[in-house]
Amino acid sequence: MEHKRALVVGGGIAGIQASLDLADAGVEVFLLERGPSIGGRMAQLDKTFPTNDCSMCILSPKLVEAGSHPNIKLLTKSELLGLEGEAPRFVAHVRKHPRYVDEDKCTGCGICTTKCPVKIPDPYNVNLDKTRCLHIPFPQAVPGIPVMDASQCIYFKRGKCRVCEKVCPADAIDFTQQPKDIDLEVGAVVLAIGSQEFEARLKDEYGYGTFDNVVTSIEFERMLSASGPTSGHIKRPSDGEEPARVAFLQCVGSRDLQVERAYCSAVCCMQATKHAVILTEHLSGVESCIFYMDIRSYGKGFDRFVDRARDEYGVRFIRSRVSSVEVDPETDDLVLQYAVDGCKLRKEKFNLLVLSVGLCSNPGIEALVRRLDLEPGNHGFLVPSSFRPVDTERVGVYACGTINGPKDIPESVMEASGASSAALCSLAGFPAREVSQRLPPEKDLRAAPPRVGVFVCRCGINIGSVVDVPSVVEYAASLPRVVLAEERLFACSSDSQKTIAEAIQEHDLTRVVVAACTPRTHEPLFQKTMAESGLNPYLFEFANIREHNSWVHQKEPARATEKAKDLVRMAVAKAVRLKPLTKSRLPVTKSALVIGGGVAGMAAALDLSTQRYPVTLVEKDEQLGGHARRLFRSLQGEDVKAFLAQTIRKIESDERISVHLGTEVERIDGYVGNFHTRLSDGSDVDHGVVVVATGGEEYRGKDYLYGQDARVLTQTELEERLGGDGEALQGLESVVMIQCVGSRDEQNPYCSRICCGTALKNALWLLDRDPDTRIFVLCRDVRAYGLMEPRYQEARERGVVFVRYEPDARPQVSNAGGSLQVRLKDEILGEKILLRPDLVVLSTGITARPGNKPLSQSLKVPLDADGFFLEAHVKLRPVDFATDGVFVCGLAHYPKDIGESISQARAAASRAATVLARDEIESEGKIARVDEALCSGCGACTEVCAYGAVKIDADSGLATVNAALCKGCGTCAATCRVGAVDLSGFSDAQLAAVLECF
Amino acid sequence: MSEEEFEPTIIAFCCNWCSYAGADLAGTSRIQYPPNVRNIRVMCSGMVHPNMVIEALTKGADGVIICGCHPGDCHYIEGNLRAEKRAEAIDLMLEDFGLEPERFRLEWVSASEGPRFAEVMKDVVESIRELGPSPYR
Ligand code: FES
Repeated sequence: MEHKRALVVGGGIAGIQASLDLADAGVEVFLLERGPSIGGRMAQLDKTFPTNDCSMCILSPKLVEAGSHPNIKLLTKSELLGLEGEAPRFVAHVRKHPRYVDEDKCTGCGICTTKCPVKIPDPYNVNLDKTRCLHIPFPQAVPGIPVMDASQCIYFKRGKCRVCEKVCPADAIDFTQQPKDIDLEVGAVVLAIGSQEFEARLKDEYGYGTFDNVVTSIEFERMLSASGPTSGHIKRPSDGEEPARVAFLQCVGSRDLQVERAYCSAVCCMQATKHAVILTEHLSGVESCIFYMDIRSYGKGFDRFVDRARDEYGVRFIRSRVSSVEVDPETDDLVLQYAVDGCKLRKEKFNLLVLSVGLCSNPGIEALVRRLDLEPGNHGFLVPSSFRPVDTERVGVYACGTINGPKDIPESVMEASGASSAALCSLAGFPAREVSQRLPPEKDLRAAPPRVGVFVCRCGINIGSVVDVPSVVEYAASLPRVVLAEERLFACSSDSQKTIAEAIQEHDLTRVVVAACTPRTHEPLFQKTMAESGLNPYLFEFANIREHNSWVHQKEPARATEKAKDLVRMAVAKAVRLKPLTKSRLPVTKSALVIGGGVAGMAAALDLSTQRYPVTLVEKDEQLGGHARRLFRSLQGEDVKAFLAQTIRKIESDERISVHLGTEVERIDGYVGNFHTRLSDGSDVDHGVVVVATGGEEYRGKDYLYGQDARVLTQTELEERLGGDGEALQGLESVVMIQCVGSRDEQNPYCSRICCGTALKNALWLLDRDPDTRIFVLCRDVRAYGLMEPRYQEARERGVVFVRYEPDARPQVSNAGGSLQVRLKDEILGEKILLRPDLVVLSTGITARPGNKPLSQSLKVPLDADGFFLEAHVKLRPVDFATDGVFVCGLAHYPKDIGESISQARAAASRAATVLARDEIESEGKIARVDEALCSGCGACTEVCAYGAVKIDADSGLATVNAALCKGCGTCAATCRVGAVDLSGFSDAQLAAVLECF
Repeated sequence: MSEEEFEPTIIAFCCNWCSYAGADLAGTSRIQYPPNVRNIRVMCSGMVHPNMVIEALTKGADGVIICGCHPGDCHYIEGNLRAEKRAEAIDLMLEDFGLEPERFRLEWVSASEGPRFAEVMKDVVESIRELGPSPYR
């Protein structure tokens, strides 16, 4: 292998993220996808929880990036047959199946798909409507090339037709294509082969497949989507009527031993809540009702989302198993029978029933796993160890996403980056692959007057259902200097990028305005298209008519349309005055600073060091290990002490890692690639990236006699006794555990995620020691998410009693004549209970460290409302910040278990490697510039610059800007009294033009 | 306009790192607020020249608000503090131009404060609606 090379199997969001990280770190990537295009399940989702961001909108830029990255080779319609060799030298045997369209010749014009006479069920819309036998999978598909379903093609069936071939202007249809076998030499393999939905017919008591108005959650997702079969109009299948009452049934094919699925699918609670909320937005007045066993909203921002669904959207949450579903033959309505208050049966009628189907493996996935000489584990998932969350049994083969067990998008993305880091570690010995992307020379614009093209995005129905897009387009066309105005269904799709590039050529555009979503996520995508079309990327302007308009003025379409026109007019006025800007190149200091020496910080440091980057590891305590020093077992029961000792030994013997114990960061200056840090031990460090792994804190309060009665402990204290000599735990007859202490309350309105698992771990441990101990767990929801669920079942089987309490009726702990007493009201049975335990164990939550605030301020990164670090994007950038070169992992981000911390830490290492792998980075083009003709040399600007970037030149006596130091804040420009300093991209003239016409 | 209710136009300069992100979050959270506000993205609250505020008010805006990161959070260290200092100068300029001081405001909105962004905007629109149109309109 002449350079780093990796194979990524699976083109869903996990595979895409792993590929992008690897590619950016100098690895040549083969991205293998079984289907005709990448995108996976995320491409089928309408919105994503808990922000209700439009799924396709955030995914599409990633698709485009993966499809056009010079280091990524997409192999669609391809499968992995086998893998020979050993790390880091594998040969992958790949079979590429025929698409019957020549990918090199096809231009993606789509004419063939309109002429194909055969209609087939559309797999993208889960067969809810029809597409052609020759079709482009979905509008934003990458590659945007049609694919033929040969089993349905009449030419293949009857030897006649070939219409597509006749109409194709590029001569790209090829009926003679055969499967092609390819061998690829790679150094590492990342498996991101995902999972599939549970087959709802296996639970026939719910009537799926029998009753028209029973649909699955993925079908409902398509029904909600603007690009779905009903264009986002919710109609029930039997009669096309809008439903007035919709029920959601949780845990269909999850937590269900009858269908041999003992685990929890981890995402369905949030998905159903999201569905109920969006449904209410689509159809006001609709009643929705979620039937559940536990609401498992254990992630960042999830509880708040559920609260909003309940309080603001009126979604009903009913804790009950539905015992039967019957149909009313007259109306096709569904009658659900369920138990309330533990016994009484109630019947309720709904117009539509949505089954929240779980995620599962399938025989195809398992066969592929076996072909790689791996053994599928529990329920067909790979189930890695907590300490090696992205590793498989085969060295050099890593796994991420739902193949490792059900999980949501951000966790899949974290694991994907984590797997990328693992692969980078094993590829460390090979040289990086140099790619220079050739861009066309920039057009000379000096003489020509600006020619503006305006593209107004419908964003499916996100914009189009509120703003009258055609009238905005018409209006834009009438503006001065606008030579072209068009609308796009999704302006960010790869197909739209192509048409925008074509329009730039055809209409000789020299400025582009896109009226769509927020520049914070999508500007780079359009700027790239500009650059590839020979236009300076700074000649681009965004009008945000979604986040700042259609989404916040949903009830005022007329005024939103007027506002959209204003925003477009302002953007055009600015665009006309934009000037091309150049970026300067700055060298990168190829080393990292990791703040925090707990499990997460150490994992990140070890990965970066293995990738050959020097690391400074700073720990405020006198020892490494953080909170894990107090733990004995992971949630899965693995030995934490041994793991920790081994990790600390590795760190201490690693020559590339310099450890500073008892040390804190005093100040951090600089920016991506060039940070300078002063530590409290007096040392100065230069580094290119920062990994924040400062951990969290265990909640401490006086609740439940804690601190007053020695028999009241926290789970950690119990674990210390269990793991120690256990002396104090002899002869325990009964133990009460209280969940959600310092979590999910007014003060900490979020779920601490690991407390339920910890309670299960310790309860089972107590029973291992003495099976006769009576254990009561007083809880609200048992959040044994994902593959943790079987431990909940085990605990129940072994006699642990779970009693539900309501937040407004918390248990009361008292000391009655020397013995502990716990009183509470059982939420389900409504009975008062009195317990006299020997021990009360508090499952205390995790809170953010107060030290996060000053650190966030010196790093210029935000915190969330609970004091944890706020990542750049909750779905797709879970370890990044909007500030480049700074990454977060572990409890500093949100409560999580050891395995999740390690995979996030490795993810942070991977993201950091995408910076450190480069020799140079480009500085921001938007920096301050001085007009020497106007400058009086007064020096006011030099005083306000926080970076010392503006100086009075000794010779000329005028202000000059040091481009390498300038961050582009514009403070100097706002200070100049004579208007001599301008921030490029925000000059006085540009802003004045905008203010001229709002 | 006299008969109909007066609909003020508000210009909101929002810093890229906090307040613009907060406005985005109000959007993704679908928190509704009146459509009278036109956001202008700036890199930092500290880059808004007092002239720009006056310019907006004399060109037909009924109110101007600058939104930046909370003190201590500015992406550029202390641009927001500069903005705060300049606010005093802006108040004086408003007087010179015969404009009520209520027409200009400086507010801090962080990236996680979507609800607050919407609240602030509602409040600005209401208070300017009460104040009536700008004399330059
Ligand atoms: S960047 Fe937000 S105020 Fe300076």
